[in-house]
Order: sequence, then structure tokens, then C-alpha cells
Amino acid sequence: MTQETLKPQEKAALIELLYQMGDDDFILAFRGSEWLGLAPHIEEDVAFSSISQDMMGHANLYYRLLEDLGEGEADRIAHLRTPEQFRNAIILEEVNGPGTYLKEPDYDWAFAVVRNYFYAVHKQIRLESLRHSSYEPLAEAARKIMTEQYYHLMHWEVWFKQLMTSTDEAIERMNAAINKVWRDFGGVLTLGPSYADIVKADLIDDEAVMKKRWMNKMEAVFKEVGAFYPGEPRMERGNGRNGVHTDDLKQALSTLSEVYATNPATGW
Amino acid sequence: MSELKHSMTDTVMDALGDVKDPEIASVSILDLGMIHEVEVTDGKVKVSVLPTFSGCPALHIIERDIKKALESLEGIESAEVNFVFTPSWTTDRITPEGRERLKEFGISPPPANHVMGEPWEIDCPYCGSTYVTMENIFGPTACRSILYCKSCKNPFEAMKPVADMG
Repeated sequence: MTQETLKPQEKAALIELLYQMGDDDFILAFRGSEWLGLAPHIEEDVAFSSISQDMMGHANLYYRLLEDLGEGEADRIAHLRTPEQFRNAIILEEVNGPGTYLKEPDYDWAFAVVRNYFYAVHKQIRLESLRHSSYEPLAEAARKIMTEQYYHLMHWEVWFKQLMTSTDEAIERMNAAINKVWRDFGGVLTLGPSYADIVKADLIDDEAVMKKRWMNKMEAVFKEVGAFYPGEPRMERGNGRNGVHTDDLKQALSTLSEVYATNPATGW
Repeated sequence: MSELKHSMTDTVMDALGDVKDPEIASVSILDLGMIHEVEVTDGKVKVSVLPTFSGCPALHIIERDIKKALESLEGIESAEVNFVFTPSWTTDRITPEGRERLKEFGISPPPANHVMGEPWEIDCPYCGSTYVTMENIFGPTACRSILYCKSCKNPFEAMKPVADMG
């Protein structure tokens, strides 16, 4: 399908899906960028900021597809929506830890590794499915994103496996992060209320199929590092695909858009 | 008429050869294989450009530089730049000349026919040694990695290989 051949119902479903994926990358890229200067060592600072930059680029690709579908300029999509209009999963908006990057940041590296690794695994599954999306511009974008995501997944997998087979303290902190992420990661794995229309339009695989793929992969990785596999991830704080969010998103968006919102007419 | 069109396209291509990558001053966007198509009709040029990395902040600058270079040409009224993703930009699009220029800049060119997942073979851009180590897959820009040459003891950068994943 192209922009011209989309039926109204398919177009609405496509728009929902693009917001979900764009917002997931956007908000996690922002949380990643807050780590700049604070990562465990300088090479990690270079790597993590490069990954965050790529991911912001991926969000931009999705927002541009939305722009083509009449949703307004990509910059406005990123900066001028209210929190309720965001469709990202709740776990991706969560703060990195106590403090802010300007004041007494006490960020949790285990949480960063676990959240990013789990997300990268799912993103890979999502992209592999999108390569065959019925909407050709989306399939093209997915093929592009995959070439970069390849390195991200590799990066987080190394961190995850290293720390999960490291000292007692590392394993203990990683397990605490896994428990925390597991409580809400179900929100990443869902396609939200438009799920049936998204699947019917052949835009992406069924969420149940992709969830199964993710869980199978996780189970194998947990086994490999000798960790207990916690079963199905939950969605305790609500579904971000419905526009349900925490104050963490509000805080992130106000920081992100502070400059842009002072004068949206200016080219920043 | 077709002859005239042909020569205009040549002029445009020459001008594109002068548009440099803002982050690698010695290499043109033509050398990097970023130009997909050029269409000249009645003084209007349409250029399709393949972005290297999707979050590359240089894309806006490249767009501006292309327009500036082409709109200053005699016989060209306006230039339009479109970023497209098909075909994907892959590192095997870099021309032999581009590969040489990258080396001059201290950046090793990527392996010519890389298959994702397979090990890279990268030579030191200064001494040509293969006795190198990877310090960081990620580098100062999205498209580069950081390496170290154990022979001539120089740190250097390499362009991250990007191959189509089908």
C-alpha cells in the first residue's frame, strides 16, 4: 500500500502504530541522552550517546511518515503534543533514577542496561516484521533502521550478559532492575486499542506472535546466563498506548520542549 | 534538446562533487555514494539523496549546501532535495576515490563487501597494518568507530560498515 491506496480505517490504524513506535524511540532516546557524561566510563559515554542519537533519528523517521499522512510537521509532533497524546510504553518514560542530570544524579546503570536490552530485543522483532509491512514507506524505513539497530542490540546484549555473569553485587542489582522492568514491560509488547485494525491492515505481525517471540528469546538468554526466568511480563501501571502516563513523561516533555516551545515558529 | 539536458546533468553532477560531508571535509557526498538520482527539467533540479545514518545531524546542512551549490549554476532556477531510503545507503556505495580521501582524513574506509555479523577487516589508514584493535564500535559521529593501531601506535577511526539486511 502507498499513501494513495490506504483506506480510511487502514490509515487510522497506521497512524496509531507510527505514534507508538515513534514515541517509544523518542522517549527512550531522551532518557539515554540524560546519561551523557554519567555513564560508567568514557567509551560507554561515546557509545550510549551515539545510540541515543540514532534512536532520535528513528523517531524522526516515524514522525516524518506521520507528517506525510497529514499529522503536521515532525518537529511539532515531537514538541507540541500533550502527554495524553503520547503513545509510548510507560516503562520507557521512567526516570533513570533519583536526581536529575544537572543535580545529584543517582542513576541506576543496571536499570539502563536492562531496559535498553529488553527494548532492543523487541525492537528487532518489530523491525523484522515491519520489513514486510503492507505500507511500503514503513517497510523502507524499517530496513534503514535495522542497519543501525543491529549495533545497538549487540551493544546492550554484551552489557546484559557480562553483568548477569559478573560479581554478586552486579547480579543482585541486575535482578532488582529486571524485577522493576518486568512489572511494566508488557506495555512495550502491546499494540494498544487499535490492535485489531493494525493487524487486519497487515501493517505488522499479530502482537501475540511478537510477544511470544520476545518471551522465547528472553527465556533462552536467561537460561544462558543462569538466571531465573520470570514468565510473562506485566503492565501494572497502565497502557501507554491508551495515553495513560506517569508524571515522569510530563517532566521529560517539559524539559525536551523547553526551548522549542518558547517560539515554535523559529527554525531551531 | 536531449544533448543540452545531458550536459546540464553533467554540470549538476560536477557541482555535487564539490559538496562536502560537513563532518569529513575531504570527502564529497558524491564520493560517499549518497546521490541516488538527479533529474533536470526546464531549469529545475530534483536530487534524491540517500541518508547515511538516520540521526545524522549533518543532513540538514547537506540539504542546504546542495541547494546553494546548484542554485548558483547558470541555467538552474531552483533545486529540490529529497531524502529517500530505497535503495538503502550502504558502505559499498563509497567510490574508490572516496575510500582514498577517507584515509587521507585518518578514517579507514569500511570493508567493501561487508556481510552484517561477520568480522571486519580494517587496515590502519596511516601505516596499512592489519594489527589493529577495536576500541569502540561507536565513535564521535554516528557513522564512525574508534580503533587503535598496534603497529604504528596511532588511534584512528573507521567508517562503520553498513550492509543491506534484506
